[in-house]
Amino acid sequence: MADSDSLLETPLAGLHRALGARMVPFAGYAMPVQYPAGIMAEHLQCRSGAALFDVSHMGQAEILGEGAAAALEQLTPADLQGLKPHRQRYALLTTMAGGIFDDCMVANLGDRLFLVVNASRKAEDFALVEAALPPGLRLNILADRALLALQGPAAEAAIAPLAPGLAALSFMGVARAEIGGIPVLASRSGYTGEDGYEISVAADRAEALARLLLAQPGVQPAGLGARDSLRLEAGLCLYGNDIDETTSPVEAALTWSIGKRRRMEWNFPGAERVREELANGPARLRVGLKPEGRQPARAHTPIQAADGTPVGEVTSGGFGPSVNGPVAMGYVARAQAGDGTPLGLLVRGKPLAARVAPTPFVPNRYKR
Amino acid sequence: MPELRFTKDHEWVRQDGDAATIGITDHAQNALGDVVFVDLPEVGREVAAGEACAVVESVKAASDVYAPIAGRVVEVNTALAENPALINSAPTGEGWFFKIEPKDAGEIAAMMDAEAYAAFVESQA
Repeated sequence: MADSDSLLETPLAGLHRALGARMVPFAGYAMPVQYPAGIMAEHLQCRSGAALFDVSHMGQAEILGEGAAAALEQLTPADLQGLKPHRQRYALLTTMAGGIFDDCMVANLGDRLFLVVNASRKAEDFALVEAALPPGLRLNILADRALLALQGPAAEAAIAPLAPGLAALSFMGVARAEIGGIPVLASRSGYTGEDGYEISVAADRAEALARLLLAQPGVQPAGLGARDSLRLEAGLCLYGNDIDETTSPVEAALTWSIGKRRRMEWNFPGAERVREELANGPARLRVGLKPEGRQPARAHTPIQAADGTPVGEVTSGGFGPSVNGPVAMGYVARAQAGDGTPLGLLVRGKPLAARVAPTPFVPNRYKR
Repeated sequence: MPELRFTKDHEWVRQDGDAATIGITDHAQNALGDVVFVDLPEVGREVAAGEACAVVESVKAASDVYAPIAGRVVEVNTALAENPALINSAPTGEGWFFKIEPKDAGEIAAMMDAEAYAAFVESQA
């Protein structure tokens, strides 16, 4: 664990302390894991009202110049040339061996691409992108910007009086706007399974924006603890836990992020492995897991078939406050991946009965 | 009611007649956050002092609970299966974990009292 003296802070560090947050190290940053309300209350607040998260530790950058989409397609199987202006798309960066280098969001802003990448991978990602850009294209790392996520069914009502244009965005729409006079770049997206916004703002205006949003009816602060349980219930992957350089897009059940055109061209890193796994099926698959009873199974819990044969490992697991029970995901051998398959999760040496379950565990409520 | 004694692992012990009741401190429940599950020892199990014999799971993580003293487990708090949140709402009352018949009651007297435990928590901050 990093020495707390060497941790980076986001532009909202002062606000977190003023709100009574408990700070923990995450990807080299001191981040709020929870506020005084607690993870359970913050999670449920996001599902019933609106929650504001600081995700400024994530990497933001833009690619400027003609042909940015084609250039970035060298690193991903996503269809970026087909991404319409003011639209955003989930993309995997893949390795030559067909593993996942990172997952990210890419938005087409008309004259440039805008990228949001994982905090734990941003240095590696930006080096990779920079090295792939031909002359005439430029990566501009936006280190002086904060990122806020306003998530939940009350997010639109909170933002509408401040920025009517943002209320009109549909899921994965992107727009520049002003919120209370503060210029922002907002997308209708998030990582909780709920409707909401991710809002990029200049670092020196971030606290004013956060305070303004927190002053709206139904908005409460939420930390990384709730963000993790929300994304797990929504069946969304955490890089480093559920996906990494050893897992392929097909194994991770993220095949939907591979563009149709890219599946005819097969010209992305790792295309050989992806093509082979699509044709013959992968050896293992990421699945949802629903343990019986109330006992959670955490990451790295071994998974057994009904007859006791080892078949995989849990990659994320915990208690789902909205499910009101334990939820998990992990990789299992393909023969064990069918919905309803009974499995044992070896928690502290005892097999905990579980079944393969469809994800999301809680229906997502995006604004289509 | 006899006073509580405390361990450096943030358990409390209270001698009630022949048995000692054990739970986790308010400081510990606050650090854990919302408790969602507890794995309790079998009644009749013989435990050594410092032996991990229960697990408390919060939304975020699982943590071991240690037997503060040697002895035999004579009762567990079955109400926690239905309502593990009692550990958060009443950590030194209804949120108790288990009772041990001590091998040596002297072990309890040697543990920290409330004042010493408060000073210990302060020193860890």
